Amino acid sequence: MTITIEERREQALAALPPHREPGFWARTNRWIRTHLVQFFAAFALLFMFLPVMIVVLFSFNVPAGRFNYNWNQFSTIAWTNVWSDDQITSAVKLSIEIALVATTVSVVLGTLIAFAIGRHNFRGRGGINLLIFMPMATPEVVMGSSLLTLFVTAQLEGSLGFGTITVAHIMFCISFVVVTVKARIAGLDSRLEQAAMDLYADERTTFMKITFPLVLPGIVAAALLAFSLSFDDFVITNFTSGQAVTFPMFVWGANTRGIPPEANVVGALMFIIALVVVLVPEVVKRVRKN
Amino acid sequence: MSAAPAPGAAAPADDVARSVGTKAWTPYALLSPGMLWLAIFFLIPTVMLARMSLSSGSAFAGDGTFTFSVKSLQWGNYGDAISKYVIDSPIFQKSLIYALIATVLCLAIAYPLAYTIAFKAGRWRNLLLVLVIAPFFTSFLLRTTAWSTILSDSSVVVQFMESTGMLNVLHAINTPDSWPTWTQIFPDGLTGENRVLQTPLAVILGITYNFLPFMTLPLFASLERIDIRLIEAATDLYSSAFTAFRKVTFPLSLPGVVAGTLLTFIPAAGDPVNAALLGAANDSLMGNAIDAQFKATGNYPLAASLSVMLMVVIVTMVALYVRRAGTEELV
Repeated sequence: MTITIEERREQALAALPPHREPGFWARTNRWIRTHLVQFFAAFALLFMFLPVMIVVLFSFNVPAGRFNYNWNQFSTIAWTNVWSDDQITSAVKLSIEIALVATTVSVVLGTLIAFAIGRHNFRGRGGINLLIFMPMATPEVVMGSSLLTLFVTAQLEGSLGFGTITVAHIMFCISFVVVTVKARIAGLDSRLEQAAMDLYADERTTFMKITFPLVLPGIVAAALLAFSLSFDDFVITNFTSGQAVTFPMFVWGANTRGIPPEANVVGALMFIIALVVVLVPEVVKRVRKN
Repeated sequence: MSAAPAPGAAAPADDVARSVGTKAWTPYALLSPGMLWLAIFFLIPTVMLARMSLSSGSAFAGDGTFTFSVKSLQWGNYGDAISKYVIDSPIFQKSLIYALIATVLCLAIAYPLAYTIAFKAGRWRNLLLVLVIAPFFTSFLLRTTAWSTILSDSSVVVQFMESTGMLNVLHAINTPDSWPTWTQIFPDGLTGENRVLQTPLAVILGITYNFLPFMTLPLFASLERIDIRLIEAATDLYSSAFTAFRKVTFPLSLPGVVAGTLLTFIPAAGDPVNAALLGAANDSLMGNAIDAQFKATGNYPLAASLSVMLMVVIVTMVALYVRRAGTEELV
C-alpha cells in the first residue's frame, strides 16, 4: 500500500504532541535554572551587606537599655551629637592620624616593590614573593604577639603607642599595596611605553608621561585599601597600643558596657565617605564619555 | 601547573627589563626599603616569638623579665600548651575545625559571586567589584556586633530556623559525652535548641562573614583570567553546561581556590574577635587563648608557644601550596 507524501506528512503531524507555548511555570522554571548562579551571587551580596545595613540603621536608634541590639525608637540625635563625645572624637582623630602616616609610608614602599616585581627580573624572586605573601596569610594574633615580643625584648614596653601602632600598620599594609599595584602594572600594555621610546622619549620621560599615569589608579586604590585596613585594625593594634585608644579599641572597650549609637554613626560615615571616593570618579568618567 | 610560568609574571617582566635597558641593581634598590621593613617588623619578630616560646619567666611575676638560654631550652612551654589547649580542652583542634567549616562556607558563598562578576556581570562588573570590597570600609567590629542583632533570639532569621526545625537538626549535631575530652568540639551541639547567638554556629558564621572578601577576590582574579573560548569549545563539543564547568572552568580556577583557601583558613584559625563577640563565654579559640595569656596572665612564653604552634600549621600549608604551584600566583 502506498501513501502520498502529503498523507504521510499529515500522519506525522498528527502523531506530534500538540504544540503550545511553554506555560508560565515552565518558563519561570527555565529562567530560574539559567539564572541560578546569579541568585546565589545575590544571596552572597545580601549576606555581605546585611550587617552594614544594620550598622547604619542602628545609628538612628535610641537604645532602650545599655545595648544597641534591638530596635527601639528612631532619632537623629546620635548624628547631631557624634562629635560632642570626647572619647569618640579623640579615638577617631588618633585613628586618622595613624592611618594617614601608615598609608603614605606603605604606599611608597609597596609601590617600589610592585615595580620591581612587575617590571624586573632578579634572583630571589620566590623568596621575595613569599615574604610579601606571609603577612597577608598570618593570623593577626600571631603578628601582634610577635611584635609585642619584639618591643618587650627591645625594652620599649613603656613607649607603646602612636609610634609602635604605626610601625605595625605599615608592615601589614605593604603587602596589600604590592598586590594591588602589581595587578595594575601586570595589566599595562608595554607597547605604549615602547611607542613612547620609539618617538624618542627617554626613560625618565616615558616613565613620567606614560607609565606612572597609567599605574596611578592602582596606587590610589592601594592607598584607599591601606587607609581602611589601618583605620579598621583591631587585633594587631590591641597588642601594640599600650594606653593609646584608636577607634576600634574604643568600640572593643565599649562592647561590654554597650556600644553607643554614635559609634555606628562613625561606621556609617566611613562607609559613605569610602563609597563617594570610589564611585565619584567612576560616575564622572561615564558622564564625560556621554 | 608547576612547570609553566604563571601568566604575566617572569617572562614578560624579562622582556620589559631588557627593552627598557635597566641596570642589574635597579630591582634591588626598589625592593630594599620595603623588604627591610618587612624583615625588621615581620621576620625578626617571628624569630623573637620562637625564642620567647623557649624562654622562661613571666611579665607579671618576679622581676618581669625573661631568660633565654640555648643550654636550657624550655620545651616544657610546648608541653604546657599541648596539655592545656589540646588535651584538657580541645581549643587548638576546635580553632582549626571552625576555620575549616568557615572556609568551606566561604568557598560555597564566594564562588557563585566571583563567577557572576567574572562571566555574567557585563557592564555591572566594576560596580559589583566595588560592592564586594565596600563592607571593608565600615568598622569590622561594628559589623561583627551587628550579627548579634541579626541572630538575636527574637530575630526573623532565628524564628524561621526554629519553626522549620533547622535548629533541632543543628542542635543534634554534637560530639557525644562518651568521647574523650580532647574530641569535645561541639559538646552542646552546633546551635542551641532555640538560639543561635553564643553557640558555635554564630562564631562560624561570623568568621565566614569576616573572611568572605579574602576568598572572593582571588577566586575572581583566577576566573577572570580564563579564556572564555575554552568553555565555548567544550559546549561546542556537546558537553552540558555542568560538564563544561566541571572539566574546564573549575580546574582552571583552582589556583584561585587554593589561594583563597590559604587567605581564609589561616587567618580564620587565629581569629579572636568572632569568638569573643558572638560566642559563648567559655567558647574561646586559639586567638583568645593567645590574647589572654599575653594580656591577662602575662605568661608570654606559653602564649608564644601557642602562636608558634599556629605558625607551624601555616608554614606547612603554604609550603605544600608553593611546592605545587610556585610563588608567582601568591602575590
